Order: sequence, then structure tokens, then C-alpha cells
Amino acid sequence: MKVLIMGCGRVGAQLASLLDGEGFQVTVLDIDSGSFRRLSPTFAGTALLGDGTDEDSLRKAGIEEMDAFVAVTQGDNRNVMAAQIAKHIFNVPRVLCRIYDPLRQELYEKLELEAISPTRVFASLLRDRLIEGKR
Amino acid sequence: MYVIVVGGGRLGYYLSKGLLSEGHEVLVIEKDQTKVERIEEELGSICLQGDGCEATILEDAGTERASLLVAVTDEDEDNLVACQVAKYMFNVPRVIARISNPKNETLFMKLGIDVTVSATNLILEHIGQEVPSHPLIHLMELKDRDLEMVEVRIPLDAPSAGKQLKDLSLPQGSLVLLIIKGHDIAVPTPETIVEPDNRIIAVTNTQAEQQLRTGLAGG
Repeated sequence: MKVLIMGCGRVGAQLASLLDGEGFQVTVLDIDSGSFRRLSPTFAGTALLGDGTDEDSLRKAGIEEMDAFVAVTQGDNRNVMAAQIAKHIFNVPRVLCRIYDPLRQELYEKLELEAISPTRVFASLLRDRLIEGKR
Repeated sequence: MYVIVVGGGRLGYYLSKGLLSEGHEVLVIEKDQTKVERIEEELGSICLQGDGCEATILEDAGTERASLLVAVTDEDEDNLVACQVAKYMFNVPRVIARISNPKNETLFMKLGIDVTVSATNLILEHIGQEVPSHPLIHLMELKDRDLEMVEVRIPLDAPSAGKQLKDLSLPQGSLVLLIIKGHDIAVPTPETIVEPDNRIIAVTNTQAEQQLRTGLAGG
């Protein structure tokens, strides 16, 4: 399976390294080449400099052959826009994006974008640990 | 009409000033306190400080009663999201987004944005007008109908030169409205003869544009 990850921050780099270790073909896209140092030293995938909200950069990154696209930059709006390009312009079969703002995440879920809000997930995780003592 | 402007930069400022002078009710949403103060000094209390992509801010702004939201920040993605939140969460009937990357025009339309304005495209089209080798110029788009008004300049060597309009192979879905010969403007008849340097104003749908261009200007 071929996966394109937009944003090589902590989460993007971690995800890239995990998937790479499991034998997926991973390409990571970021506008800052310095961010690629976060990738694990054994990372065998492709790291590309480019803007994931630009169709040409996405095409260069091979988005047309991708099975999945994951948008995890720091900007909610960048993620939303890139994910919509992947889904509606390039018809990537599986598209995931991170949206910190829970309200925005709710809206885009309604618009059929698979969006995850770390804020919401982490808050409920903390709540469970506090109240139910789950570990 | 109640208009919300997202982004209080220069464009947002002049836009709001223009809308106010036409008697509209305007609210500017801007993140930066300094920009908010600058606008309010000039135009009065018409600002709300905050992120125009956030539903809570848009709610405070009374977005559900707005007739129009215009997003004019510097970032295309912010303008997209502000417009989508306004349209799909608050049912704003018309949303307009400023775009910097001309390629985003098609994307934004696909994603429900009613109108996009691209300074890059406007400037490119004006440059196109100055370049004689560019025979077709977009004058105006009637976006909701997928129609556009174009101007075609007839080159010297055009196969259409010297022929009557009715003898040219012009596509279905296009209509020649005016023919400009020097300083004379005429409504063409099927018998009108096309000559080099004539300028032809036509309405066409986007699919027929290419065929109209070759039919009139050749190549």
C-alpha cells in the first residue's frame, strides 16, 4: 500500500516511520527540509520538499498512485484544504486529516471528510483516566 | 445587507469602507489586535477580534443572518475554510473567497465556494490583452451558468478573414454578440464579413471556448 503523509512534524514523522517499518511504501511531504531529521534513521521511504495544498506538488509526490493520504501539518486549514484536494481532485481512496478545533472537525465529518481531532481524543482519554482509573 | 468580511488587511479595509459607503452593514473579523484598532479608528466599531474560521467567533458575529461572507485573508486555505464554515454551518447564501494560487479556482468551486477572486488571474489576463499573439481574452464570467464573455481578435492570417459569419464553423453553445471594426461597433448578422483586426465579443460555454477560438482566429 502506498501512503502519502503531508507534514513531517512529530506525528507525521512517527507515523511515517511506523508504516515504513511495516513495509508500506511511504512518501512524506513537508515545506521545511529541516523537519525530515525527525524521521527514524532506518526510514526507507521518500522525503519530499513541497506544499501539500498545491496540486502540482502533490502530483510530483505521486498522489495519483496513492492508496491513502494523511494530512498532519500544524495548520487545521492547511490539512482541511489538502485533504479535500486529495479526495475531490485526485480521488485518493482513503483520506485522513487532523483538525485540532473540535467544532471544525465536526463540520468536516458532516461534509464526509475523515477528520480526527486530537483535542477531543486526548481530552476524553484524560477524562477516562481521571474518572475511571483506566490505563 | 449584512456582510461579514474575514481578514482586516488592506483589502479587507478598503472593501469594508466601500461596502459601508454603499449603506451595507459590515462586520470585519480579524485576528490581529493592531489591525483591528487601525480599522476601528478609521471606520468605527465594525470589528470583531478573532479567528474567522472558528464557529464560535462566527456565531458571535451573527453569521446566520449574514447575506454574504467575503474571506480576504492572505492565505487561500484560511479563506476556503472560513467560507465553508459560513456556508455549511451557518447557511450563508453567498460566500466569496480571495485566492492567490489561480489553480485553486476550480477546487474552490467544487467545494461550494460561490465566487473566487484571483488577483493573479486578473493581472495575467490584463497582460494577455496587451500581447497581440493572444487572440482570446476572457472578459467576464457568468459562473453559475458556466458561461463566459470573451473577446477574440482576428489575426491577419486567420482562415476566417474575408468570410461571412454564417460560413464559419462556430460551435454550438456560443453566440457572437458584437463585432468591433476600428471605431465602429455593430451587431453582426450572418452575412457580416469578418476582417483582420476586427474584435469579436462573444458569449460561450467553457467547453466550446477552444472551438470558438479556432473557428474565428484559427490555429
